[in-house]
Amino acid sequence: MDMIANWLGNTPDFAVPFALAALGLILTERAGVLALGAEGLMLVGALAGIGAQLAYGMHGISLLLAMGAAALVSLLFALMVLVLRINQVIAGLALVFFCQGLTGLLGTLLDWTNKPVKGLGAVELWPLSELPLLGKVFVQNPLVFLTPLIFLAVVWLLTRSSTGLRLRAVGENPQAADAAGISVLGYRLAAILAGSALIGLAGGYISLLSTKLWIADMTGGRGWIAVALVIFARWSPWKALAGALLFGCIEALIPQLAAAGVRLPQYFVLMTPYAVTLAVMIWVASGRNITGNQPGALGVPFIREERR
Amino acid sequence: MSSLNAIQLTGVSKSFDGFMALSQADFTAKWGEVHALLGENGAGKSSLMNIAAGLYAPESGSLFIDDNPVRLNGPRDASRYRIGMVHQHFKLVKPFSVAENILLALPEQPGNAVRGSHRQRLRELEQRIREKATELGFAIDPAQITETLSVAEQQRVEILKVLLAGARILILDEPTAVLTDQEAERLLETVRAFARQGAAVILVTHKMSDVKRFADRVTVMRGGRTIQTLDPQAVSVPELVRLTVGESAPSSEYQPAAPGEVRLQVRDLRSTGAGGHGALNGVSLDLRAGEIYGIAGVGGNGQSELANVLMGLPEPCEGTLELAGFGDLRRAGSEQRRELRIAAIPADRYGTALAGELSVAENFGVGQIHSGRYGSFFRLRRKRLEAEAAKAVAGFDVQGVRSLKQKAALLSGGNAQKLVIAREFSRDPQLVLVHSPSRGLDVRASAAVHGRLRAARDGGAAVLVISEDLDEVLALADRIGVMHAGRIVAEFDRPADRQAIGKAMVGNAGASHE
Repeated sequence: MDMIANWLGNTPDFAVPFALAALGLILTERAGVLALGAEGLMLVGALAGIGAQLAYGMHGISLLLAMGAAALVSLLFALMVLVLRINQVIAGLALVFFCQGLTGLLGTLLDWTNKPVKGLGAVELWPLSELPLLGKVFVQNPLVFLTPLIFLAVVWLLTRSSTGLRLRAVGENPQAADAAGISVLGYRLAAILAGSALIGLAGGYISLLSTKLWIADMTGGRGWIAVALVIFARWSPWKALAGALLFGCIEALIPQLAAAGVRLPQYFVLMTPYAVTLAVMIWVASGRNITGNQPGALGVPFIREERR
Repeated sequence: MSSLNAIQLTGVSKSFDGFMALSQADFTAKWGEVHALLGENGAGKSSLMNIAAGLYAPESGSLFIDDNPVRLNGPRDASRYRIGMVHQHFKLVKPFSVAENILLALPEQPGNAVRGSHRQRLRELEQRIREKATELGFAIDPAQITETLSVAEQQRVEILKVLLAGARILILDEPTAVLTDQEAERLLETVRAFARQGAAVILVTHKMSDVKRFADRVTVMRGGRTIQTLDPQAVSVPELVRLTVGESAPSSEYQPAAPGEVRLQVRDLRSTGAGGHGALNGVSLDLRAGEIYGIAGVGGNGQSELANVLMGLPEPCEGTLELAGFGDLRRAGSEQRRELRIAAIPADRYGTALAGELSVAENFGVGQIHSGRYGSFFRLRRKRLEAEAAKAVAGFDVQGVRSLKQKAALLSGGNAQKLVIAREFSRDPQLVLVHSPSRGLDVRASAAVHGRLRAARDGGAAVLVISEDLDEVLALADRIGVMHAGRIVAEFDRPADRQAIGKAMVGNAGASHE
């Protein structure tokens, strides 16, 4: 009983980075930019967050700097895909490897590695926190409770504002958006920056609030899972949130099993999230509507004067 | 309105990758007129109008609105000067509703500002769309998703879009190309009424009949230049054709056919269409060597399904296709069909006939890639491929090829069709299957296509032409079968009686098989 309560209580902590990263990806991809660089940008956010925390010791500022740092690095990606029109898959992969190297290097040079920081105190959502079994779900750090609000804001922006309408138009049919007088590159740049900031926040969450220290490559492939999650969720934020909870559940289960004395090979345990990712992808692909809801111009660079 | 001239372009030049699309073009449209811009495919009409709509930046030349010099830095500027363009390929966001598409294009200026939340703005806009649609006689539901609309309805959405954005200079790029005769007539009546209210309408077209019937003035373009502006009532159709083509249009003298033995025997083809009704209800016909058999009919009577079956595209169906000396053609894969020297020219040039992202040379060579002519599994004989592609491009007069490495999608319709024919005819075909060969092509390009089909016939090939354009069938065919409700309901020998064919097309064949 206790084990299940602990397991459920730990789930949000594991789910939030997936959720925020997936939301950032959705924002970027709805504008037609294929963003594979999430893993790298999460690392940038994680390192910048720790650095800021070691320097100033204020979580709010550290998280904002994590967002800002990821947005700043994503300018490089924007330059590659928007201005130079490099293949977006290649640019995304290059960004990941660049960020992995950069954060590893800076983490060592600045001596930020393995320096623990203080986490944020938990907030109790009384009276929900008194519920049997589910109570621990409602005792979390503030950012966990903020995440659904961030989702609400992004969904509102995407579906109920003119800005969101234009952003989606740019992702579905940039030629049409351009003819309607919308700045395609402007909206794509804004989507990359905002999406990357959210991905950076996901990274900052991991280093500042989850593990509370920086180790090179600490995101451990969560950015890639977020990429898969977006496809699984058909670019819908709410489905992505549900998917993030599912993956959070799986990740939270592993330490619980270990604590309960179930002996599993370490590499089998580490493999589980990716095995689930693969299974989910296969399940989605075997469905009828494979490309449904995918932004029409995802990954297609925009050139105004190409004759067709 | 202080000035008579609505929009004036002078000395406009524009090139794409070194190809001069426009050189020193001049154009003036006045308030209150329908001004036709006439020319062949690739004459530069769309390029010139894209410059007027702010989509392309000209390399030289100037633009005047109301006689004031103006610089357009993009479509937003154009809409500020109340220029609206309905593009040939619609600029609609397919998963969006009609109202959302129109909202996208509304400039945010005081006159158009709809206050309140996004939802409120949409609702108010839907009301305005309904009013405008009623005023123009369009039946459009603003809440409908655009991809569920027919082509004609999508075009109406495009027109509503530019008019609601406040356009007073309306540019329509090939508006009638996708419409039926009745729809085209209604559209042109509507825009003429709009011009009579004081607006300026520019009608980009290659159809002489649109110009003669609906334009107040016409400017003829050829090879990126504006040739002349004249009054369409004061000039004859042959003269207009001469101006657009540059020389007298290639004549199409009919030479009688010398048909030989039956080469393809089609018996009792039946299939069920998407809607559950019979798409093909027992099509039977004999196609002989050395003749052109034309299939006429109103679109949607099973022609597309028949074309798919004949060309070996996926289409579930019963019945037999007996090819002389081979057997059932439906058992033959595409490779074997090439071996049998069967040429197929599908209606969808860019979708089925060509791979748009591949180069011109590759599109030409793909027909023989398995025969080993251009190399084996491990080697591509690029030199030979390119030499033969270059020869074919010259021989079949494919224009607009700056380089053999250029993407095939960049070719205009007529030249893409010539490239398909060059490939399909490269092996001296014995059976030629053609669907809508000159759809969207100008006078000269379709004459060239027809000439090639006749040459194939004279070379002993059996040629089957399916076309919804009765004039084309009448000009080409030695025998005509009329298709109605999935069957050949009547056959006519040349010279065929147009009236009788027309009756058969609508299902009133008095005596079948004349």
